[in-house]
Amino acid sequence: MAEVEAAGTGAGGSPEASGSGSGSGWRRPHGPLQRYYGPPAAETAEAVPDPADINGPHFDPEVFLTKVRSECSLGQLLAREAALGREIRALDSDMQTLLYENYNKFISATGEHPAVGTQASGRDWGGPRHQASDSFFSDTIRKMKVDFRRMEAEMDDLAANMAAISTSSARVQALLRKLQSLVEVPGRLRRWAAPGADPARALHCHARARAVLRHYRHLPSFRAIEDESHAIMADLARRLRARLRDDTLDPKELTECVEMLLQLEEPPEELCEEFLSHAGARLEAELAALEAELPPADASGTAATPPPASDILDFVDRGSSTFVGNLCLLAASYRSLFEGRPGAGDGRLEAFAATLTTRYFELLERRLALERGLGDTSLLVRALDRFHRRLRALLELLPAAGAEAGATLVARAARERVDRYLWALQTFFLGCLGDVRQALAAPRPPGKEGPGLPDLLATLASSVLGQLKAVLAYVQLFTAKDVAFASLPYFKGEFCMEAVREGLVVAFVRWLCRTARGFADGPAERGAPAAPPALLLLLARLCLDYEATTISYILTLTDEQFPPEDTGPAVTPGPALCAEARGAAQRLLDHYVQVQGAAVAQMLRKSVETRDWLGTVEPRNVRAVMKRVVEDITAIDVQVGQLFEEGVRRAQSSDSSRRAFSVYSSSRAPGRYAPSYTPSAPMDTHLLSNIQKLFSERIDIFSPVEFNKVSVLTGIIKISLKTLLECVRLRTLGRFGLQQVQVDGHYLQLYLWRFAADERVVQGLLDEVAASAAHRCLDPVPMEHSVVELICERG
Amino acid sequence: ARALTPQTAETDAIRFLVGTQSLRYDNQIHIIDFDDENNIINKNVLLHQVGEIWHISTSPADKGVLATCYNKTSDSKVMTCAAVWRMPKELESGSHESPDDSSSNAQTLELLCHLDNTAHGNMACVMWEPMGDGKKIISLADNNILLWDLQESSAKAVLSSSAALEGKGQLKFTSGRWSPHHNCTQIATANDTTVRGWDTRSMRQIYCIENAHGQLVRDLDFNPNKQYYLASCGDDCKVKFWDTRNVTEPVKTLEEHSHWVWNVRYNHSHDQLILTGSSDSRVILSNMVSISSEPLGHMVDDDELSDQEDQHQEDKIKEPLQDSVIATYEEHEDSVYAVEWSSADPWLFASLSYDGRLVINRVPRALKYHILL
Repeated sequence: MAEVEAAGTGAGGSPEASGSGSGSGWRRPHGPLQRYYGPPAAETAEAVPDPADINGPHFDPEVFLTKVRSECSLGQLLAREAALGREIRALDSDMQTLLYENYNKFISATGEHPAVGTQASGRDWGGPRHQASDSFFSDTIRKMKVDFRRMEAEMDDLAANMAAISTSSARVQALLRKLQSLVEVPGRLRRWAAPGADPARALHCHARARAVLRHYRHLPSFRAIEDESHAIMADLARRLRARLRDDTLDPKELTECVEMLLQLEEPPEELCEEFLSHAGARLEAELAALEAELPPADASGTAATPPPASDILDFVDRGSSTFVGNLCLLAASYRSLFEGRPGAGDGRLEAFAATLTTRYFELLERRLALERGLGDTSLLVRALDRFHRRLRALLELLPAAGAEAGATLVARAARERVDRYLWALQTFFLGCLGDVRQALAAPRPPGKEGPGLPDLLATLASSVLGQLKAVLAYVQLFTAKDVAFASLPYFKGEFCMEAVREGLVVAFVRWLCRTARGFADGPAERGAPAAPPALLLLLARLCLDYEATTISYILTLTDEQFPPEDTGPAVTPGPALCAEARGAAQRLLDHYVQVQGAAVAQMLRKSVETRDWLGTVEPRNVRAVMKRVVEDITAIDVQVGQLFEEGVRRAQSSDSSRRAFSVYSSSRAPGRYAPSYTPSAPMDTHLLSNIQKLFSERIDIFSPVEFNKVSVLTGIIKISLKTLLECVRLRTLGRFGLQQVQVDGHYLQLYLWRFAADERVVQGLLDEVAASAAHRCLDPVPMEHSVVELICERG
Repeated sequence: ARALTPQTAETDAIRFLVGTQSLRYDNQIHIIDFDDENNIINKNVLLHQVGEIWHISTSPADKGVLATCYNKTSDSKVMTCAAVWRMPKELESGSHESPDDSSSNAQTLELLCHLDNTAHGNMACVMWEPMGDGKKIISLADNNILLWDLQESSAKAVLSSSAALEGKGQLKFTSGRWSPHHNCTQIATANDTTVRGWDTRSMRQIYCIENAHGQLVRDLDFNPNKQYYLASCGDDCKVKFWDTRNVTEPVKTLEEHSHWVWNVRYNHSHDQLILTGSSDSRVILSNMVSISSEPLGHMVDDDELSDQEDQHQEDKIKEPLQDSVIATYEEHEDSVYAVEWSSADPWLFASLSYDGRLVINRVPRALKYHILL
């Protein structure tokens, strides 16, 4: 009871004060309580309030903790902590005991006076006789009630204090644990940082400890720890750096390594330098491996390079997967490592990557240069496609790593391939020409016709066209939809226009025309073996066909497959090409006429020059050379007839009966047509009268011919007869010489007139020959015309 | 008629000599005088009875001396011989008698000497040493080059040296020219399709243009101002210009004619002017500025020109003449076998065709002034 009262008296004290005094007093809980609830004035007088006194009313946990921490060693702290915990638990249980004890007392006290309550309540109606006791009771009860209330408050305070204490104790515990771990830091660091151990954990540990250590470095013990751990970490850093220089590191390890070093607060600039150089070395090694596959670059380029060990796709694959892949990886890790760090964002990576990619491009280019042959274009396209895709991935990471160069590389490779196709086409064409020449030159068994010129022409034209189409199909692979780089603007526009249309198709047609022309212009007279006339004729027809149909067909085909852009550069129009082809055809045909004419003329010239015209005997026959001339011209007629249309003859001025003979049906089987002309037809007198007029009409001997048989033959005949004329003029003839010329001339006229467009040309020239012969004759006695005719008929 | 030559030694009057070709009549040499001022042609006739004239050439030193190659027909044999002649004194510098009766009072040539070719074959042409004293001539006979010394006022021809072209087949020179350069020690000859250069001192071949033309080479001429330049023409209708130091490729090729080109001649003073005659009956005057000795035209002294002319001149300089055909002369109706520049007037030339028509033409006035100014 007294204690309760005592408690009640002390209720005015600081509510948060609780717990028992330090020292041995806690076994008697009443003691400290007593003291606590005791008159505060006395205590105040006794000592200065110590906030660190855990039992004192002025206890301040923060101060206490600081004090304890700073004063005690770790061991002491731990002990103290345990002691405090025990104490608190003891206090708690004491408190509970106290509470229940007091409560029971109170209950029993109220039980001793069971009537008190009721009586007190009923006393209002009772009488005043119990006034005194009543007042005593009520006082007591009141007092008790107050006491209880106080007690309850005390209890609450106590509980609050308890909670605070336990919290603080938990903090203390945590703190202690931390301290413990701090102490253990160097050891752990040493363990983890040991070579071959787990440096990442060491770093982790170090990172956690570092801040604390730094904060408390003014404390010697902490400084010791810090220094030690620093030493360990420095050692680790050194080792990591050494490792960084190790070449066998794979990129992932490298990244880890650098990451750790970064965590060790190594200077990032230096690190990124090292990182790049190491990665660079690695990538260089990969490049070198790629390069090893390439034959040594020899400046002369003449040495025959052995075929590359692997195909281009393989090469690009390897290049992409190793080099480009690693470069991507590198870039990504560089980004993640050095992003936002000073000294890393100054384009160093970009420059680094640019250098390497340039090297890579160079290698790839060299490899592409090896693709001399035509191999498999689809393979090349796939390789380029793969390259381009990988490059795009790289470019997303590193926009500056040579996007231009990559695209250019692809474009150049494509262009090169197109050029190569052009070259192949040309080779193919030359091969075809070779075949044709061979077919023309091949000795034919008598009686068996070799392949006719039309067949050869058809074969040549169709195979060339087929080859061109095939090439276009190959080239189209470059612009296929599923190829990534086909969407580049270059491949959409320029490639179609400049490379394919201009560079391939137009160039080929041009080249074809040039080559054909070359046969006419070039070697015929200086050294090199001249093209056989039939080839000239064939090429002329080919060029003419190109002009008529093939060129427009090819161009349409090309424009369909490679749709040109509207805004594209100016292209060679079809008509220009057609004109070129026509020019070539004209040149070839003219040349054909000249060559054939010259051949016949040469024959005539030799025959005239070598003969002794003065001492010749009376002509009994047409000279053999004239027959030969007619034969040759007939053969030429057949040859030309195979490829060219008949053409228009000049309408004869009179005698329509002769025209009937002049209609020569080209549908007749060549070689089978026998001379159908009956020479009994009388010489047209009117025609003879026209001869004089004809003289004034100038005859251009070597003049352009038209694209038809008659015109070609006329040209050849003109050349031959003019030669005969000039040669005769250089000779001096006897009487029989003149007569021989007469016979020959008549014979020629009989057989040549129907080949010419205008028989008056033949007539005129032959008359001139006769006149010249007469003029050059010492004894001009012409032969009877009937005799001449007779001889000719006989021949 | 085929033979035409200017009177080389004559530098004042425009005079040409034409030899006729006739099998049945006496042949003649016509001396054609052209009076430029009055535009009158005078003709004097010399009889050349030994045969039809295939080639004629005049001495560069003596106006009265000429050489001909002529056909001598006997016993169904034709032999081409050569001889040096002297024309009568009064005709040397031309006479202005009335041409009407020229044929009646035809005078005869005085034979100075024969070039004996019995051992060498048919004479193709006779060349006088250009700028020489008329003592040296070279004749081409079949496959021989014969160098003659004329002695005793040309009364005697002594064969001083000779060279023969050896090879398979019958080789025959068709024509030749004596180069005015290198102290007149070089000649060029044509046989078949080949052009050869010879040194007259050693009589050795110094260069050879194989296959100079696709067919027979008909004529040659040396550029009078550029020592290595040579023009040739032939049966392939082409005229080619050669630098004899590089015989593999012609410097330039002209293809203007439509038949054999029989004759090519450089103008004696202005070597850009090229004259060609062809059996397509045309004579073509070409302006080959680019390979001439005056590729940029004359340097003009500006002070001498009035402003207007100056303006005019500048216009012309701005567009230098390209190699081009200046004119095509179609007066002939038969093959043209000879063209020659006048030795007196560099702007005048004559051409001769088979039918005997001689045409004298001038370089177009505009071109003349353009070259001169």
